[in-house]
Amino acid sequence: MTHDSHQDALLSVNHLVTQFPAKGKKNITVVDDISFDVKPGEIVAIVGESGSGKSITSQSIMGLLKSGGTIANGEILYQGHNLVEMSKKERRKLRGKEMSMIFQEPMSSLNPMLRVKTQIAEALKIHVPKQSPKERMEKVIELLKQVEIPNAETVATYFPHQLSGGMRQRVMIAIALAGEPNLLIADEPTTALDVTTQAQILALIKDLNSRNGTGVIFITHDLSVVADIADRVLVMYAGKIVEEATVYDLFENPQHPYTMGLMKAMPTLETQSDLLDPIPGNAPDIANKPKGCPFHPRCPLATEKCVEKIPELNPILNDHSARCIYPGKGGNNHEQ
Amino acid sequence: MTFQFILNIVGLLVFVNFVKLYFLKQINLINSATYFLVNWGDFLGYLKRSMLQIIPSLLILTLIIFALVYVAGDPVSQMLPENATAEDRAILSESLGLDQPFHIQYFQYVGDLIRGDFGMSYQYQEPALELVTERLTATIALSLMAMLVAIFISIPLGILAAIKRNTIIDFLVSGVSVVGKAMPNFWIGIMLILFFAVTLPIFPVSGADTPLHFILPSITLGVALAAEMTRLVRASVLEVIEQEYVQTARSKGQKESIVIGKHVFLNSLIPIVTIIGLQFPQLIGGAIVVETVFAWPGIGRLLLTAIETSDMAVVQAIVFVIAIITILANMLTDIIYRVLDPKIKYN
Repeated sequence: MTHDSHQDALLSVNHLVTQFPAKGKKNITVVDDISFDVKPGEIVAIVGESGSGKSITSQSIMGLLKSGGTIANGEILYQGHNLVEMSKKERRKLRGKEMSMIFQEPMSSLNPMLRVKTQIAEALKIHVPKQSPKERMEKVIELLKQVEIPNAETVATYFPHQLSGGMRQRVMIAIALAGEPNLLIADEPTTALDVTTQAQILALIKDLNSRNGTGVIFITHDLSVVADIADRVLVMYAGKIVEEATVYDLFENPQHPYTMGLMKAMPTLETQSDLLDPIPGNAPDIANKPKGCPFHPRCPLATEKCVEKIPELNPILNDHSARCIYPGKGGNNHEQ
Repeated sequence: MTFQFILNIVGLLVFVNFVKLYFLKQINLINSATYFLVNWGDFLGYLKRSMLQIIPSLLILTLIIFALVYVAGDPVSQMLPENATAEDRAILSESLGLDQPFHIQYFQYVGDLIRGDFGMSYQYQEPALELVTERLTATIALSLMAMLVAIFISIPLGILAAIKRNTIIDFLVSGVSVVGKAMPNFWIGIMLILFFAVTLPIFPVSGADTPLHFILPSITLGVALAAEMTRLVRASVLEVIEQEYVQTARSKGQKESIVIGKHVFLNSLIPIVTIIGLQFPQLIGGAIVVETVFAWPGIGRLLLTAIETSDMAVVQAIVFVIAIITILANMLTDIIYRVLDPKIKYN
């Protein structure tokens, strides 16, 4: 599937390359030529192991790259405007208002010195500066209620350390929603939470998505979460998208051996935990990627051809593509 | 002159309060500041606990101060002329109570202290404690001004170095702070007098009559502390700047200046407050040298002459007062912690 920017897309990432400087060597490419669209109201999940470049993709979109990371190539179109060419000030004005972000660690993503209400009001103050303090406080309470926090008036006066992880993540979501953004980027928002809280936060994000029509990029390493929430899934490996499909297609008919491996490693009600089948080996060092298909050293299907060059992202069916020269092989194992 | 000092100190306090209020407003800490007023019982409890902790330190302190007399040499031979007879010596010894065993002398000394009697200065023929307290305001005022100088230099420079870490600006700031730390303050004082009082007669050479007199001594005293605090502020800000809540603030669309000035700086304040609290007594120590250079009428010059003339009662009183200031500064630091850190306060 060739990737052209779609007219109706909320966000369209085209051939994005993000690099980080390395001492005495040439730059390390962490995000390597990825392209995808997010339509208004759509939930797109990006799945991958640590170091696959999924968080850096989200930071590139937000314009919040740390430690000297730069976008070396490609474009990020938000409602048709290229973010890469914008000035810092223009990008800052989009943050919080057009696009917001939720982080992984609710323990550390809220300022420990400020009350909940102050932190939410800050986001409001930036984007609706004309509000009176009273109106703003009312809006803060309304936002807290929107993220289903009980006793919103009381919780508003709390400091972050007085709240549980799940509550903090709700506050974080309230902050992200304050500017009524069209795009919400959730970077592993449930990873640090226990399972019941995780389910509640997922339900909340899904609810907000369907109620406000917010487009969501949901980043995770957990396929079971993906099945719960996503419309479409991108599987990333070593900085590249290796498979892209609707969530139904991906689970029904995975094509890339890496995706299949992830599924085999995922516990379900039917499998016993001691029968889980993890993918052998470790994710490659992003600075020293293997030649050819980066997954070949861990791939059960790998042949000499896989070492020669990186395969293209080939279409399988209409909305389903995979970066593998043996797509769909070995999928039988999963059916057992 | 005493009246001048009181005026100066009042002005200083008003200024400090303005700075404090500005920050309080910034961070919605008005509630926190009134916390101790509302939770008076809590505060009294804290005060009681720390008072109990002070008692053993005070006892050890008195022992050390008392032993000073023995370390400094035999007071009798210092007080009497060289040709005094053994009989004269015995009489003086007895009248001073020096013929008693050590522990009796010590208990007598502590008993006197409790009654506020630090003995007489034989040089001035006045109670030692009065001599010290008369001059204490001048020294404290100088130290506070030096502290302000240090704060106004170190906080902007430290933040700048942290934001521009590993750039030429960072190296420059680090270099300057090493130099600042390495220069002895009496030398800085003399250089400042040469340039800004003699060559360019902007400031007075010495004395403490007008606010203008404060400028050169407080810069002299504040530079070394500023150098040390700059490095601390830098380290402290660097640690906070990597935290995720800083990214959260940026993701709200907040301006970078506010991200740094509010979210980063507020959270790096606690270690900074610690060093300020711990450094204050050291500043008073430094003040003793600087006072000599600028003929500042504080306890520094009193101490110097008292040491020269072996006026032990005065030396003891000064050491005692500085120790008390140290203890109070530590307590104050502790209280500021409680106001600043919501985790301590609301647990």
